[in-house]
Amino acid sequence: MSFTAVFFFVAIVGLTLVITWWASKRTSSASDFYTAGGGLTGWQNGMAIAGDYLSAASFLGIAGSIALFGFDGFFFSIGYLVAYLVVLYIVAEPLRNLGRFTLADMITARFDKAKVRGTAALSTITIVLFYMIAQLVGAGALIQLLLGIEYWMAVLLVGVMMTIYVLFGGMTATSWVQIIKAALLMLGTVIISFLVLAKFDFSIAQMFTQMTTETEHGAAYLNPGLRYTDGIDTISMLMALVLGTAGLPHILMRFFTVKDAQTARSSVIWATWIVGLFYVLTIFLGFGAAAFVGADKIIEANPAGNMAAPLLAQALGGDILFSFVCAVAFATILAVVAGLVLSGASALSHDIYGQIIKKGKVTEKEAVKAARIGSIIISVVSILLALGAQTLNVAFLVSLAFCIAASANLPVIIYTIYWKRFNTSGAVTAMLTGLISALILVAVSPNVWNPVEGKAIFVGEPLIMLTNPALISVPLGFLGGFIGTLISKERNDLKYREVEVKAQTGISVQDISH
Amino acid sequence: MGNNQKPIIDYERIASQQSFRQLAKKKNSFLWSVTAIFLVLYMLLPILTSFTEILHQKAIGDITWVWLYSAGLFVMTWGLAHFYVARANKYDAEAKAIIAEYEGGRKL
Repeated sequence: MSFTAVFFFVAIVGLTLVITWWASKRTSSASDFYTAGGGLTGWQNGMAIAGDYLSAASFLGIAGSIALFGFDGFFFSIGYLVAYLVVLYIVAEPLRNLGRFTLADMITARFDKAKVRGTAALSTITIVLFYMIAQLVGAGALIQLLLGIEYWMAVLLVGVMMTIYVLFGGMTATSWVQIIKAALLMLGTVIISFLVLAKFDFSIAQMFTQMTTETEHGAAYLNPGLRYTDGIDTISMLMALVLGTAGLPHILMRFFTVKDAQTARSSVIWATWIVGLFYVLTIFLGFGAAAFVGADKIIEANPAGNMAAPLLAQALGGDILFSFVCAVAFATILAVVAGLVLSGASALSHDIYGQIIKKGKVTEKEAVKAARIGSIIISVVSILLALGAQTLNVAFLVSLAFCIAASANLPVIIYTIYWKRFNTSGAVTAMLTGLISALILVAVSPNVWNPVEGKAIFVGEPLIMLTNPALISVPLGFLGGFIGTLISKERNDLKYREVEVKAQTGISVQDISH
Repeated sequence: MGNNQKPIIDYERIASQQSFRQLAKKKNSFLWSVTAIFLVLYMLLPILTSFTEILHQKAIGDITWVWLYSAGLFVMTWGLAHFYVARANKYDAEAKAIIAEYEGGRKL
């Protein structure tokens, strides 16, 4: 490990710790802890959403995937971006208008039942843990590679850092870690893309032409079909991406950190531009890596292609750019896992402990204490699981998290806001059907079963061929909610009127002038 | 009102205002029709790439149609994001008018 690398890592760790120290002095209430007091501006929250969202899988995974598979690698970029429209058009504003800290807050705006809250918390914690294990295992492997330390040390390093941010600085510190990370990530990506484009004489047409001969795939490199050969599976995966984002707990939580629907809107616009520009640039990262590093060297460093972007940085900018990009990747992981800890802790401490066990009768001091204890529990559990999951191929955990979010959370969000007849029984069955069907379908999928030893967790024939079951489990989630609603006689039109008025107009007690 | 008590909002009453029903209807049909359009355009991409070769043909130099379609989806996302905000700002003004109408009605 070089001096430059150490310098960049120490700078990032130092900077984030200073922010945490500063934020800790501003974190005294539960609202400060979970939502930074609702005081973020549009661009700040937009940057933070981007920072929360552009995970190592986006930065390292997509660049590697494009480098190795051409257009098929770019599919993810498209799905992740268009997903923002679902968030903006369907979810963001009603959520902001109805919620306080969590998804469960929003659903219980209509159904005041511990069962609903408990089920929502369960699906949130499941998604958070799956997503987190994937992030931490990826982080462990990456930092092991970059710093040359043992896997368990790498996981502990990331785990301890994320716990510190959340524990002391709450959402304020977490948001600023995400903002800084988003800025660094964009800077790094723009620099590398510029250098790549320069190598192609600043001509995109020339770049594409040259790419038809740079890889072993020839002209097929520029067309789909190199990686995803099963059409139905590709459709299912893209469906999970576009619908899952709107149900991801850590993304939903980011809409409580702004003061009103207007700011929520402006933050999604910011996020859409930043995330969109980033995903456009993944083409340059991927093509550049394929042309100037080469598939053999990329696979040699990491079979999944995760080292493509850092190796490209090294090829174009030497040790300094390599060290910088590695440090950015590290910051990326820190920002994402900190956001995940917070959303898991909010479900555990606010929903399960505060609202269900204590029935909302907690003082401000107790609520903050519970939030901190919840963060520690989520951190410790995920670190332990990540330490045990080292040898697991975890790529599917991310797609599973998206699939559960799309199948369990999205139907209940949509029904809560738009369907008058929806009731408690429907809310619980929607979430449980989506959650359980996604889990079972993945458990019998090719991710878990493969006839060839070492290709999956177990040896054997998978029962379904879909690697991502969204195509089946999302309709099941909607159907479950529909049937669950109809088998119960309960309906409360009056309560729906209130939810409808609040969601549509954002009206609150403060808006009434007298 | 002379006291400091928080007013209780009569949601039923707002919900039954003609102006509110109109806004809710307009807003929902706008949101869902645009959502349907962009989801169809988005899902069309994997359908076309998986079951046809239409997008495999060269469009500009060696750049194939699949890249142009994808670029179109990017432009669509940015465009529709701004379109949403422009519409939502208009709806905000209407929502304000609805609340004012409700308050005015309450005073009577």
